[in-house]
Amino acid sequence: MTPLFGLLGFIIAASAVAAVALRNLVHCALALSVSFAGLAAIYLFLNAQFVGFAQILVYIGAVAILIVFAILLTGRGELERGAGFSAGWMIGLGVALAVFGTLAGLLLSSHLLVREMPPPAPTSVRDLGDQLMTHWVLPLEVLGLLLTAALIGSVVIVMKERGPR
Amino acid sequence: MHAESLVTPLQACLLLSALLFSIGLAGALMRRNAIVILIGVELMLNAANLNLIAFWRYGPDPQALTGVIFVLFSIGVAAAEAAVGLALIIAVYRHRRTVNVDHLNSMKG
Repeated sequence: MTPLFGLLGFIIAASAVAAVALRNLVHCALALSVSFAGLAAIYLFLNAQFVGFAQILVYIGAVAILIVFAILLTGRGELERGAGFSAGWMIGLGVALAVFGTLAGLLLSSHLLVREMPPPAPTSVRDLGDQLMTHWVLPLEVLGLLLTAALIGSVVIVMKERGPR
Repeated sequence: MHAESLVTPLQACLLLSALLFSIGLAGALMRRNAIVILIGVELMLNAANLNLIAFWRYGPDPQALTGVIFVLFSIGVAAAEAAVGLALIIAVYRHRRTVNVDHLNSMKG
């Protein structure tokens, strides 16, 4: 398990760094899709097949495409003029490094996480659907309502304004 | 000394998740372009999802499916967030002709 996991982790981390550090925004979006695909592979690896495929469908199929459309609609000459990094970028880097250092130190020193893993638990999509439609049906409906509201809201936000202004 | 005795699989997943979160945080704090800031936020959300899946898989009760269903809801909410966020960025671009967050300071006190 370890070499494959290490390779996937390296791909995910490298493409995530590329997604936030590259100058060209289109390259950022492409690197982001690679990172999402690596995460989907990790989910398949961890026996969460449905989540892996949902990750591919939602993140690579929808969110990455949305970001590409946003780049298209906001023009691309933006980054070539400025440096691309904000004035206080060193503070930001320091905060991020401090967060990672704290989290990694805590994880490596924790005694609760060293217990051996149980055998793999195969879960079928049927079980998942059963649970979703019985025990979790109210959150599911609320999520549907939220998605509808978000859809209508985003269309309203970007709609051309008419009338006197 | 065996390689796997250094970190357990759960620790490896959580370390990867912490790394991904930190990269997303660095991107959100360091860049000027609002779209890249949103990319950083997406990376952080994915790191949280990886945490949930890892704890479900290596937790005491993997048959409960709670972690998987939590992640499915999280993906749905993140999709709504991305749609509204990008719509806001496009609306801001229409009004101000820029997505550079350093220039969006009209509410600065």
